[in-house]
Amino acid sequence: MSTAIAPPPAEDRTRRKRLQNAVIRFCGDSGDGMQVTGSQFTNTAALFGNDLSTFPDFPAEIRAPQGTLPGVSGFQVNFSSTEVFTPGDSVDVLIAMNPAALKTNIGDLKTGGILIVNSDSFTDVDFKKAKITSNPLEDGSLSGYRVFPVDLLKLTKAATKDTGLDAKSVDRSKNFFALGMCYWLFGRSMDGTLRWIDSKFKGQVAEANKLTLKAGYAYCDATEAYQTAAYEVAPAKLPAGTYRNLSGNNALAMGLVAASERCGLPLFLGSYPITPASDILHELSMYKSFGVVSFQAEDEIAAVTSAIGAAYGGCLATTTTSGPGMALKMEAIGLAIAVELPLVVVDIQRGGPSTGLPTKTEQADLFQAIFGRNSEAPLPVLAPATPGDCFWVALEASRIALKYMTPVIILSDGYLANGAEPWRVPSVDELPAFPTKFRTDPEGFKPFMRDPATLARPWAVPGTPGLEHRIGGIEKQDVTGNINYEPANHDKMVRLRAAKVAGVVQDVPDVVPAGDPEGDVVIVGWGSTYGSITSALAPLRAKGHKVGHIHLRHLNPLPKNLGEVMKRYKKVLVPEINLGQLAFILRSIYLVDAISYAKVEGKPFKQSEIETKVLEVIK
Amino acid sequence: MNASVPLTRKDFQTDQEVRWCPGCGDYAILAAVQSVFPELGVPREKFAVISGIGCSSRFPYYMNTFGFHTIHGRAPAVATGLKLARPELEVWVATGDGDSLSIGGNHTIHMLRRNVGLKVLLFNNKIYGLTKGQYSPTSEIGKKAKSTPFGSVDRPFSPLALALGAGATFIARSVDVFQPHLKSTLKRVASHKGTAFTEILQNCNIFNDGAWDAIAEKDVRDDHVLFLEHGKPLVFGKAKDKGIRQNGFDIEVVTLGQGASEADLLVHNEQHPSLAYAFMLASMDSRPGFPTPVGVLRAVDMPAYEDLVNSQVQQVVGAKGKGDLGKLLRGPETWEIK
Repeated sequence: MSTAIAPPPAEDRTRRKRLQNAVIRFCGDSGDGMQVTGSQFTNTAALFGNDLSTFPDFPAEIRAPQGTLPGVSGFQVNFSSTEVFTPGDSVDVLIAMNPAALKTNIGDLKTGGILIVNSDSFTDVDFKKAKITSNPLEDGSLSGYRVFPVDLLKLTKAATKDTGLDAKSVDRSKNFFALGMCYWLFGRSMDGTLRWIDSKFKGQVAEANKLTLKAGYAYCDATEAYQTAAYEVAPAKLPAGTYRNLSGNNALAMGLVAASERCGLPLFLGSYPITPASDILHELSMYKSFGVVSFQAEDEIAAVTSAIGAAYGGCLATTTTSGPGMALKMEAIGLAIAVELPLVVVDIQRGGPSTGLPTKTEQADLFQAIFGRNSEAPLPVLAPATPGDCFWVALEASRIALKYMTPVIILSDGYLANGAEPWRVPSVDELPAFPTKFRTDPEGFKPFMRDPATLARPWAVPGTPGLEHRIGGIEKQDVTGNINYEPANHDKMVRLRAAKVAGVVQDVPDVVPAGDPEGDVVIVGWGSTYGSITSALAPLRAKGHKVGHIHLRHLNPLPKNLGEVMKRYKKVLVPEINLGQLAFILRSIYLVDAISYAKVEGKPFKQSEIETKVLEVIK
Repeated sequence: MNASVPLTRKDFQTDQEVRWCPGCGDYAILAAVQSVFPELGVPREKFAVISGIGCSSRFPYYMNTFGFHTIHGRAPAVATGLKLARPELEVWVATGDGDSLSIGGNHTIHMLRRNVGLKVLLFNNKIYGLTKGQYSPTSEIGKKAKSTPFGSVDRPFSPLALALGAGATFIARSVDVFQPHLKSTLKRVASHKGTAFTEILQNCNIFNDGAWDAIAEKDVRDDHVLFLEHGKPLVFGKAKDKGIRQNGFDIEVVTLGQGASEADLLVHNEQHPSLAYAFMLASMDSRPGFPTPVGVLRAVDMPAYEDLVNSQVQQVVGAKGKGDLGKLLRGPETWEIK
């Protein structure tokens, strides 16, 4: 259903200052509903037609002690009248629900930026919890900002007094007051959120939330001070089409369903809950009408091995996890490599090692994906660049897995998984179709005979008369698949499996750098650094530097012309949220002097960090 | 293959050289399975035999069916995925005491809890064979093996009691050398819906020879084995003169004619409403003076997991209609850019 969203109401008497883009961050306690608030603002901005990029940032604890520093949860959205690729380096409007949120986030607010604070929670008790000694609203420390203290709780109480709602529930509505204020500040319609409240809540609670939202809007409208803080951000001129707002994990789940429809095989998911991958399990569990079987296994190993069993039975099979789960699955992925069954393994990377930073992003599973199994066990590895690209990478990974009869790893990350962007909705006909055929002819069948073009073995599923055969992780004879320990045969099989995966390169498009095709520096990135690098490229080139950008979607095998293209630049810079894993690989394969730019803070790179680094490298 | 020609044992034999040690109990189990499969009225291509790692797990290579030799301990999970994907297949799992109760213990209990329609043959030889003789989770306390030169201090599992604790709907026990009994047990296994969990006492003549002699040897077996039959009293002994009688909350061995008659004995009920009865049978062999029950200890009807999962999918399709990919892609809200 297409919903036309009206521009700000005609009676809007406020003279709004036009901005190219704006960055808002909502921050508060984990229980303050900041993720909901941010998501609602994002959806409204998306429906309005802004381009946008989001960065939800929350702690691993579900409810850390209220008001404390570890409990602070934030949601940042950059919405724009032009194309944007990152959630923004710094913040124009900061909404801080308590002193702890203020303390941990104020550093990112631009000088002169708007700061809305919930002054009801600026008491001595709150300061103690936030480990601050003086009231920042009074001590002058916020003098560089335009501060708007608002008694959110009192105002919410007043707005909802006729609903008969209990105090605790009223407290939980106050985020809608802040949201209503932001809608006014940017001249946005409340309709989308009002509809959403009706679909999500019932009775008194729905009523209270709607009243609070409207009260927040009316509060700004009626308060003189806000008239100088009214802005507008026009819709972006994106390519024509139907758009929706989409997060990376939702995109990935949808991509797998689309792959199942386009290859003609039922989708099987074996998964074990793990942050930040669980949303894919939740999404796919809802898609039963597409014939999806989602199996919440007893552990990570059962998740992957059940998927291998389903692949053996002829499904498009997938397993989804994060780094620690990947480590547990590796022996089984080796089995899928040895028996040459198709499997899509999704790793939503997070900070590590071990439990690490469950809710924060990282790109440090690249080595694990490419090298992390016993013995010679190569497989194709792909990485999406944006939340929306997760959809297309899921399709591409499925296509490669089925065509080459191999497990394929998708390396997404926490930032892509939870981040969202407007996504042009493709028609079903636009999607690639890759109908998959099983072997049915017993004539001349051998389980490890190979297609000469792809080196893929035939997929002969149980139940096919005359094709009874045995497979296993034990070394097998070339062609027959019988157990075989002969030295020459093992050498041959190791090389055949490697050649098959290396041969996937025939499906990998050549690299075409963005920006300058040759010159001073080429930035080689992969995965979620796409946005930061893309944003940095234009300002660098505007300064007269010859800078190119290669973004790798296929990390194994790498594009055929990559080595040659990198040679066209004086320097090769590789920014990664790890300690230089891709740089290491590029150096070893291409003998190129790749310069690693490593930062592992659980956050994406800022555009400015990339710019600064490139300038440093050029110097 | 012409479906009208009945299958024979030969149809289930492969051309692969069997690589178990000469004298291994696995040969007898293989022979029994190969002779039972043709009698089940199932086309050969509908069988899939899944195994983990260990001597027992080489089983699929010798069965001319679909077969998958997977990794250590994971056969129940691989088989669960296969059975969910292809419920019409007859999926058998060959495993050992180390494979299913040590490294794969988690998958074993969850397979049983879910009641996945798998036929599980647990070859229990109370030793690690393929790694050359370490004690296993079913080895008796004090077991001297390569890794326990001074004797094992671990308490062993009772596989069938463990299975019951995990919610098994079918548990049975047989012995490698009891060929007719093993075959009739396998037929019962074949007909059970849900997980049919079968412990087969198996001799490892290299690393644990004679582990089951007290049960398996011809001259002693009748005094030490209780052959269970549904609806029949619990009688054993060479002269059929001993039985199991209830005594308060416990049981006792009585000799018939010496103050006890057959009418006093417990009557075997595979569907006994109390799990305590099944536990009593499953743990009887660990009690001095009591026989080891073989046969079907428990068999109750419960919905199989794959049926529940797939019927839920069908229900949703029925209620919502078949999924529309275009609609899914568009999501709850869209906007147009011209």
